[in-house]
Amino acid sequence: MRKAASSLPPAPYFLSYRQLRRGFFNSWGSALSTFLCLGLLIWLAWILLRWAWLEATFSTSATFEVCRAGGGACWSVIANRWRIILFGLYPHESHWRSALACLSIIVTVILICLPVFWRVNRLIITSVTGFAIFYILMKGGVFGLPLIREGQWGGLSLTLLIFSVVSLIGMPFAIMLALLRNSSLPLVAKVTGGLIDTVRALPMLTLLFTFAIVMPFVLPDMLVGERLYRVIFGLALYFAVYQAEIIRGGMQGVAKGQDEAARALGLPYRLRMGLVILPQAFRIALPATINQFVVSFMETSLVTLVGFFDLLASGNAAYRTGEWRFAFVEVYVFMAAIYFIFVFGLSRYGAYIERKSR
Amino acid sequence: MKFRAIVSKSVKRFSDKNCGKNKEREHSAQSISAKNALERLPKSVKRFSDKRRGENKGLEQERDSKIAHFALADRRFRTFVYQLLFGVLLVILLIAAALTTYHNLQAQGITSGFGFLWRSTGWNVGVALLPVSALDPYWYVILLGFLNTLFAGLVSLLLATMIGTVIGLARISDNIPARIVASLYVEIFRNTPLILQLFFWYALSGLLPAQTQSFEWAGLFYLNNRGLFLPGFNVSNLTLFLCSMSLLVAMIIVTWVLLTRWLRYWQVAHKRLCCLAVFLVGVLAAILFLLQGHGADTALIDWPVRRGLNFTGGYRIQPEVMILIFAISLYGGAYIAEIVRGGFQAVGRGQIEAAHALSLTPWQNFALIRLPLALRSMLPMLSNQYIWLIKATTLGTVVGFTDIFLVVATGITQSGQTLEFIAILMGSFLVINLTFARIMAACNRAIALKGYGDKK
Repeated sequence: MRKAASSLPPAPYFLSYRQLRRGFFNSWGSALSTFLCLGLLIWLAWILLRWAWLEATFSTSATFEVCRAGGGACWSVIANRWRIILFGLYPHESHWRSALACLSIIVTVILICLPVFWRVNRLIITSVTGFAIFYILMKGGVFGLPLIREGQWGGLSLTLLIFSVVSLIGMPFAIMLALLRNSSLPLVAKVTGGLIDTVRALPMLTLLFTFAIVMPFVLPDMLVGERLYRVIFGLALYFAVYQAEIIRGGMQGVAKGQDEAARALGLPYRLRMGLVILPQAFRIALPATINQFVVSFMETSLVTLVGFFDLLASGNAAYRTGEWRFAFVEVYVFMAAIYFIFVFGLSRYGAYIERKSR
Repeated sequence: MKFRAIVSKSVKRFSDKNCGKNKEREHSAQSISAKNALERLPKSVKRFSDKRRGENKGLEQERDSKIAHFALADRRFRTFVYQLLFGVLLVILLIAAALTTYHNLQAQGITSGFGFLWRSTGWNVGVALLPVSALDPYWYVILLGFLNTLFAGLVSLLLATMIGTVIGLARISDNIPARIVASLYVEIFRNTPLILQLFFWYALSGLLPAQTQSFEWAGLFYLNNRGLFLPGFNVSNLTLFLCSMSLLVAMIIVTWVLLTRWLRYWQVAHKRLCCLAVFLVGVLAAILFLLQGHGADTALIDWPVRRGLNFTGGYRIQPEVMILIFAISLYGGAYIAEIVRGGFQAVGRGQIEAAHALSLTPWQNFALIRLPLALRSMLPMLSNQYIWLIKATTLGTVVGFTDIFLVVATGITQSGQTLEFIAILMGSFLVINLTFARIMAACNRAIALKGYGDKK
């Protein structure tokens, strides 16, 4: 797969006549497809341009009638409601804290993506520091910041909070599950394998529902905890079972001689895994791991359905209340753009890493 | 360098410790010496060679009994103890959870048990494949939800595969505009969450026109805010079920004949003849069922007809089902397109060049060389994607599609039997997905390269 993909010609930047002919009019079918697709592209681009810019209304004080008269998009809804979409129910005067907290998470993620930080210690220190800054800024109660409870968190910061906690808890959990599944003790390996396969066969929503509603029945009162953290734990479990299989795949890709050499050196299990097997397994599984992060970022939006005010839910609230009910397309486009920036950025990064690791 | 330093340090530390393992409990750490190491070395070498030759069993047992009082040093015993501890811990945890649950249920006055399955629900199901009323018992409604999940999953799976194949082939075609359109599609739909897209389509469906101004296509299809109206067959559901079953069985037999290894010594022409015969029999059976099923005084095909403000006749696909299937197919199609593209790019260039050298036509090259090879590398990823697709139908709860998840969620709020319902929900998804995984694994085995690593 790798060889074939790299042997395909790269996307042409400068086209010679022959390439042009091959790319556009190779045969009658190709010519037809060229006309159809170009027509579609131009038509879409024109409609989009007209809707989003030429006929759009940008003024903050525009009303329904003004927007309708314009005929295009009504960006006034974003101008009026962007704070709700980004920050949810967070107190208005503290929005700067939420914004800074988001920024700290984004910076942390960017730092983690740099190969300089790919050492266990640096990774742990960076991510924990970034998360601590986020948490202190959001929750307050220290350094003279007023205390703001989790119930009031919302919008983009809640989405980022869920994503970062899921990654922080999920990753060690995934490593543990992968090691347990590879254990030489048959009972442990079987039980872990059964758990992983069961959770993987369930839809995420089922798991969220279970953790939000069923867990209070099963756990004693002192362990029940806040609903937000239960749901996050459910998401982390889901992330972990998928990531565990990815890590296990990576471990199978590590040459057998590596493990045998480590054994011959007399390394105990802890060091053999920590210094020899896992670093190489992670390197092999890096593209799949990044893909898993991308998927789990998109799946955080499911918490909307169990009643949390993440980016999606606050976007829904932004247009469903008051006079903006007609402007849902604009709100969804805005939210989609936010998700797109994060997800597309991460997945491009994954593709870059994949190319580099060949 | 740093890494090596860590290794050597830890190795040194460990080898010091390891040498004195047996004596650890008797002596303090200071007494670990090179002498112990020398004593132990021949022993372990000896044990290794014993195992290899399978001789000197007696000697080994004698030594085992000698070190029995250092029980944890024996590997097998240690394994046993660890597993025992793990098992006991697991059992204790499960019992504790069960006791807590029992206690909590008692405190809230909920009686558990599956007796409620035979009580009538008292609420109505919006979308159902079979007739249903509020008086129907819970088990029947759950079954309907299960069927809905299967139905939506299978239909969107088919549609997504079709979209994905077209887009995936467009992404690897020579035609540059087609590549650009396909890439745009894939990037837009893959990089936004499905649930966001579902909310968007749901909100957009509110703009569909009323029945009097419905979109019309050739007098066959009507689209309005009551759903999509299609021409249908004038037969009972049972007949339709028998029809589709006969077609399905015929297709399964054809696939089996083509793929199984049992018939690998048959001539290709014979296989094809056999397949054709089976297929014809299936189609004939389906047509016979249809002709038998409809009443003598009614037409076979039932067209949607506008009657007053409403439409009668034909099939009506409710907006919920339509939107859910539409959204999942578009989203899944983008993922499948990537899989298809990867699969075709994985076909070795040499294979294609060899086909050219044999002067196969482009179509033969595609159908005989590239497609089968691509399919082989696509199938494991495709089966994962299909399972994901079926799981994604739970998002139907966003648009009010009564799949098994929504039935369970409503059932919990109405009857309070939380644990039982969750068990049913999980059980049904386990059944669906494990069965599906089994089927896909069988397909994969059938087309995978035979040879190394085969079980048979």
